[in-house]
Amino acid sequence: MSQLKEAFDLGKFGVTAEMAPPKGYDFSHQLADAELLKGKVHGINVTDMQSASLKATSLGLCIKLKQMGCEPIIQMTGRDRSRMAIMGEMLSAYSFGIDTMLALTGDHPTVGDCQNSKPVYDLDSVGILHMLSTMELTGRDCGGNPLAENTVDKETGEITDKSATPKFYKGACVTPVYEPMFLQINKLRQKVEAGAEYIQTQGIFDLEYFKRFLDEVDKAGIKTHIMAGIIPLKAAGMAKYMNENVPGIAVPQHMIDRLAAAAAEGKEKGIKGLPMQMGIEMAAEMIAEIKAQNLCDGVHIMAIGAEKNVPTILDKAGITI
Amino acid sequence: MIITQKKPIDEVMAMVGDAKRIGIVGCSSCATACATGGQKEVAELAAYLESQGKTVVVTAVAEYCCMNLGVRGTLKPFQDKQLDCVIGMSCGDGVQVVANNINVPVYPSNNTMFLGEAKKLGLFEEACHLCGNCVLGTTGGICPISRCAKSLVNGPCGGAKNGKCEVNPENDCAWILIYNRLKDTNQLEKLSVRREDKGYADVSYPRTINIRGKK
Repeated sequence: MSQLKEAFDLGKFGVTAEMAPPKGYDFSHQLADAELLKGKVHGINVTDMQSASLKATSLGLCIKLKQMGCEPIIQMTGRDRSRMAIMGEMLSAYSFGIDTMLALTGDHPTVGDCQNSKPVYDLDSVGILHMLSTMELTGRDCGGNPLAENTVDKETGEITDKSATPKFYKGACVTPVYEPMFLQINKLRQKVEAGAEYIQTQGIFDLEYFKRFLDEVDKAGIKTHIMAGIIPLKAAGMAKYMNENVPGIAVPQHMIDRLAAAAAEGKEKGIKGLPMQMGIEMAAEMIAEIKAQNLCDGVHIMAIGAEKNVPTILDKAGITI
Repeated sequence: MIITQKKPIDEVMAMVGDAKRIGIVGCSSCATACATGGQKEVAELAAYLESQGKTVVVTAVAEYCCMNLGVRGTLKPFQDKQLDCVIGMSCGDGVQVVANNINVPVYPSNNTMFLGEAKKLGLFEEACHLCGNCVLGTTGGICPISRCAKSLVNGPCGGAKNGKCEVNPENDCAWILIYNRLKDTNQLEKLSVRREDKGYADVSYPRTINIRGKK
């Protein structure tokens, strides 16, 4: 059973981290980082060519994580796969015991590093969730075919035994910093109605803004487990770059100032890595505050290559699973 | 309207190759509006070909290059001229209709870009993907299939920045346009219903529609 689902069912604070498969086929760096995350998180999201940057597939790293005793969460986008390919990939995943997934529309190839690739988008995030939910409900694939012939009642055509039907714990994402907010809330509601049981947000940096977003979710009557996205910053330049270039990211000036001050201090004292440490501190503060104020049901840490820092962040935030 | 763009002339000349006797067919419809195949462009291409030592034997501008019967008539003066090739100055469909009606090589002078509108003179915007199942009634008359870079049908992705698309920041996010239009016309409730997935079984191409009642 999905560890994340189990955590939420028990009323626990959910913790997930995110990891990208490698360029090429050497997974050793990812597997070493994953070793450090064992027992610290309820799941490791494996990205599906995030930012449309060509990598090994999510399923590949998910299988390797599963084999080493970690809990993978397979991310599945509609960018590169038709509905047939998505369903086939999910059936394969389930056969390896991967039962937690996150559906995304996917960044467009033109923003990535293989721009001639054909964008597919047969289904968007809502469509992927709806397709999987329908499969779980009916025991039939997206073509309406039974997942196992011997489970069909010959008289009625009904699926009598759903043991051959996968059951995923399904999630989706949302961008809280967005205008008009109505559109994101409306789509969030559609994702939940289509079967998303947990939601990971884009990186949160301003808790007051996040609270306003959560109020809107409540007002819309949307019931789901929301996990605040946490991006540990590495430098003031990274924060500024994300503010300018990454949709839905708004790092407040006081955070940028703290990173810049850490860089200045490091330069003065001849110590390297102080901005990265400051980023770890700020991420830990944010997580501790979210938990202390009981703002939402968990956090999702996107360390963007610095996954080895995740245990430190969780320690500093006082989070254990 | 079908929006076309001229191919680079070198590409056209490479297709023409050693051909000496050439015919040109323009189109008085979309290609004239796009300045890619009207009287003026036909005359310009004819002059260029002559300057390159070719003989332009015959030219014509069909009313609609996409109408088989009309094109057959337009091409009558082409049939007995011992042409080495014909250049079609229309959309891709027009070139095919011409090629179906004359037994010499036919080459396109244009690239066929999209179905869209003339926003103003000389400015064309894509506006329809011929998806076969029109959703405009629920999207404020703005097409999410062609105006959203991901053809999303259930609302925007998270990629818009300042109302602009992540794929091309010069383009407005279609879903923000749709939201504004529906809000202004008191139809926002139309966004609350998930659009049933229409699938692609009905749009397998090439498609044929017959309203004749016979073959």
